[in-house]
Amino acid sequence: MQIDLRTVAIKPLRQTFDHLVERFGDKPASRYQEGSYNIQQESIFHYRPSWDADRVLFDKKRTKIQMKDWYALKDPRQFYYGAYTIARARQQDAAESSFDMIEDRGLAELIPADLKQIALDVLVPMRHVEWGGNMGNSYIAAYGYGTVITQPCLYHAMDHLGVAQYLTRIGLVLDGPEALDAAKEAWMSGATWQPMRRHVENLLVLDDWFEIFVAQNLVLEGLLNPMLYDYLDAEFSANGGTAISMMTRFMGEWSAETAKWIDAQIKVAAAESPENKDQLSAWVTQYRAATLEALAPIAKRAFGDKADDLLAELTSEFNARCAKLGLAV
Amino acid sequence: MSTVFIAFQTNEDTRPIVESILADNPHAVLDEQPAMVKINAEGSLVIKRESIEERIGRDFDLQELQVNLITLSGYLDEDDDQFTLAWKN
Repeated sequence: MQIDLRTVAIKPLRQTFDHLVERFGDKPASRYQEGSYNIQQESIFHYRPSWDADRVLFDKKRTKIQMKDWYALKDPRQFYYGAYTIARARQQDAAESSFDMIEDRGLAELIPADLKQIALDVLVPMRHVEWGGNMGNSYIAAYGYGTVITQPCLYHAMDHLGVAQYLTRIGLVLDGPEALDAAKEAWMSGATWQPMRRHVENLLVLDDWFEIFVAQNLVLEGLLNPMLYDYLDAEFSANGGTAISMMTRFMGEWSAETAKWIDAQIKVAAAESPENKDQLSAWVTQYRAATLEALAPIAKRAFGDKADDLLAELTSEFNARCAKLGLAV
Repeated sequence: MSTVFIAFQTNEDTRPIVESILADNPHAVLDEQPAMVKINAEGSLVIKRESIEERIGRDFDLQELQVNLITLSGYLDEDDDQFTLAWKN
């Protein structure tokens, strides 16, 4: 007896959801597209919110930046919930093993005392700055418009909490629980931290969500992260503090990765219209000055005499980055 | 001239790979079969890491191709940036 096996190709009647067909045509969509596009609620809001009666619940007018298509602000990393949590879980595992090794081998005791003190004075109080970053990005996720930008902002908000936790652990590894009390005290009343605290608190009361995006994600992180996780990290490594670099490894990777995302948002928004470009440039100029002022005493503590040169270098790198994004700053 | 080909399982991971192969090789012909997608090309076929990365938004190691690879034919020349199939006689 002979049996012939035959394959039958079954063509699916539809390749994807209707709301994606509208945008991309009837072809298979990626998970990122399924979870991000054309799902911003636009109608049937029922009542206007009592806390903002002039606008609807999700309103395009909560920012001065205007886009014809808000879905143009897509995330180059294509993070949807699954991709994001998988990526971060992998990084968390790597970071965890670094902390384990440092704790098992007692590597923290080998760090020269002056470097350890710099890490305690500069990195640990930074967890309060990270909390500000969490608040700002949560605000964008709540009041922003367009799922492709509000979604990664919520992830970014959670990342800030993660970074705050790593900074806390650095304090615990280096000096135990007292390090956290000392850092809180420095944040609340230490002279080095008051300009930064004022700046972070000023960002907490902004209304325009895109302004927060620029002030926090582009300007503050664009100056602060390279200072801590490139320059200061290089100092640590060069002088026998490799253990500290191992503990800030996630932040280094994360700031490079998120910078790409932030650049893509600013670039698209600036290219949309001259009005957007002028507004973004004005915000960058305004917050760059404020951020540099807030960073000055911290840089002084971290780098001593070299602080002024370093801030000048950071600023010129940052300006070059903004120029590449099409901003006039 | 002879034909080279490469075949992948049809799934979420290979869709961007197939898309970038078709974009980089205008002469390639797509042959969709049940659960398999085969790409035929006269002479040579090139897979570029950069164009896959552009589509998936993350770093890609060309060896990840092997996970969903079913079969291929041609003389294979592989480095970090591209994966080329050709008949070099």
